[in-house]
Amino acid sequence: MRKTFLTRSPSVLIFLSLLALFTLTITLASQGYGAGLVSTSFVKTLGKTLCLCLAALAMDLVWGYAGILSLGHMAFFALGGYMIGMWLMYARTEEIVVASLANGDLPATAQEIGQGIVTQIFGVVGASDLPLIWGAAHSLPLQLALVVALPGLLALVFGWLAFRSRVTGVYLSILTQAMTLALALYLFQNDSGLRGNNGLSGLQNLPYVTASQDVVTLWFFWASAAALGLTYLMLAWIVAGKFGSVIRAIRDDEARVRFLGYSVESYKLFLFTLTAILSAIAGALYYPQAGIINPAELAPIASIYLAVWVAIGGRGRLYGAVIGAAFVSLLSSWFTGGRAPSIPLGFGTLNWVDWWQVLLGLSFVAVTLFAPKGIGGLFDRLAHVRAPDRKGAPLGPDDGSLQEREATE
Amino acid sequence: MTALLEVSGVTVSFDGFRAINNLTFSIGMAELRAIIGPNGAGKSTFMDIVTGKTKPDAGSVTFGERSVSLLKLTESEIARAGIGRKFQRPTVFEDQTVTENLTLALRAARSPWAVLAWRAKAADQTRIAALAAQVGLADHLPRKAGELSHGQKQWLEIAMLLAQEPRLLLVDEPAAGMTLAERERTTDLLVEIARTRAVVVVEHDMEFVRRLNCRVTVLHEGAVLAEGSLDHVTKNQDVIDVYLGRG
Ligand SMILES: Nc1ncnc2c1ncn2[C@@H]1O[C@H](COP(=O)(O)OP(=O)(O)OP(=O)(O)O)[C@@H](O)[C@H]1O
Ligand SMILES: [Mg+2]
Repeated sequence: MRKTFLTRSPSVLIFLSLLALFTLTITLASQGYGAGLVSTSFVKTLGKTLCLCLAALAMDLVWGYAGILSLGHMAFFALGGYMIGMWLMYARTEEIVVASLANGDLPATAQEIGQGIVTQIFGVVGASDLPLIWGAAHSLPLQLALVVALPGLLALVFGWLAFRSRVTGVYLSILTQAMTLALALYLFQNDSGLRGNNGLSGLQNLPYVTASQDVVTLWFFWASAAALGLTYLMLAWIVAGKFGSVIRAIRDDEARVRFLGYSVESYKLFLFTLTAILSAIAGALYYPQAGIINPAELAPIASIYLAVWVAIGGRGRLYGAVIGAAFVSLLSSWFTGGRAPSIPLGFGTLNWVDWWQVLLGLSFVAVTLFAPKGIGGLFDRLAHVRAPDRKGAPLGPDDGSLQEREATE
Repeated sequence: MTALLEVSGVTVSFDGFRAINNLTFSIGMAELRAIIGPNGAGKSTFMDIVTGKTKPDAGSVTFGERSVSLLKLTESEIARAGIGRKFQRPTVFEDQTVTENLTLALRAARSPWAVLAWRAKAADQTRIAALAAQVGLADHLPRKAGELSHGQKQWLEIAMLLAQEPRLLLVDEPAAGMTLAERERTTDLLVEIARTRAVVVVEHDMEFVRRLNCRVTVLHEGAVLAEGSLDHVTKNQDVIDVYLGRG
């Protein structure tokens, strides 16, 4: 009767094989190590997409499985990006400053180097001292620890405040949006210490690395694929066990879960923090590929997009989140990249750069109304899993009893 | 006999309306007790107070040998202290299988880390199978709870209650939606459970209460109107006036 984890979750093996195959194919076709069939900029796009899929996985865990509609997870994503970006920018600037000072007659003092770095990085915002939050920027291990620690701590404190007072549903969503907006507005200020609206740039250049962008791009692509695969494996294991059962129960009837002796607040806090950290890791892999990060990345709309991807892909199933994020974000970059042909209409032209958002909005509405299980629901069709016809009501404890006949038909 | 649960002088108002009015109640370590009373008498609210869902305006609620006050505990802490509850409407997790429902309820550590590390041992599987057999759901373990009939859901919820191994069970209208045979089986089961722990049953059905053959507390307007054997309380003039007389 006992089944192992992998036989209970066949999607894991399928997913991991497809991901490995995909990574291999792209590598073999790349300019860095392969036949040069795909451009480096396209590999970058794919690598970034893998990071977005990772963030979507986190979103699916917190929303699809546990029912917490957080509209702030892209803030954690961006924070992760900022944390790694600080080291990249600092170390790279240091490299440049040291090189330029080496031409002088006397060897440069540490103070001169420090001053040079500050002038280079903070000249644009008119600061002449290294802001306090850059204290660890010289050290890669410290800054990597911050990628996890800072968003994790923020999520822990925010979640503790929100869940302890039992804020749920729409109010929680609004609160997470408010947090995101507040953070973005703070970062927009020049004296936030993170270069205001200039953000951090040049992140694609790895300090002390002489390899070409073609190669570095592939490194990040591999790292993103590995992070996505490992996270998928970990989350699939989490949701397949009793923990998954508890969080789905919380989603469906949290009061009942309390009376079984589970501290619902601890579970929500655990999930919120875990998924914030995962989003931050995704961000830390994303922004070196994007090359630039600025406070606009924290705009509340980004987090809403994340929810839209998961909804379109099909929430409550991990591969749904990945499919949704990959499909919509690739389609989106195709449409907004100006590569989609404009459609001339008699009275004007349909320009996709402008109209893509409208199309996305409409498809979100359509999916919500007509295909609540999203793209992932198609796999149910293939596997002949049919949900009982309950006149649109979800299978949940609030909806009274489901007739036996209904479910087995 | 020392009491397991002591409720004394408890009062609860909802927007000025006193749902529970200076209620005093206690139950022993291994005792079966029926609570009856007209609609709106405060029976469910009483259970809400004991399980921590509703905090009273005044009074005290203590539990166990060391008389721990329940008023400062959260719902989940109270459940872990050993109080299990069955709701008036069956509330099982319909999207999960019978096995998963029982596993959730099974007595085990409840913290997120402990649950992450939890793996079903042979003993757990035997226990789940035994519980399912006890309530006649042995053949339904892999089915989703949402597919069960109303009566079966009530049974599943009772089995989940037993899986928690509580010291005090609060059972709100267990027989609703059950057939006659199922009702008889329920009363037998409740009597059996009450040999080793305290059980409080809220029920409207007099035949059901009679079969329980236990002490009865009559609630009316949030206070105890009468207490004693079923024959004793049904002869009480106040009880006849407010409750039995209507039917
Ligand atoms: N949360 C609440 N807010 C306002 N009034 C409430 C609330 N909960 C219960 N009441 C009121 O308190 C009174 C007692 O309700 P309770 O549910 O305890 O009755 P009951 O004895 O269980 O009745 P029934 O036999 O119908 O289940 C009712 O008048 C009810 O309307
Ligand atoms: Mg009631």
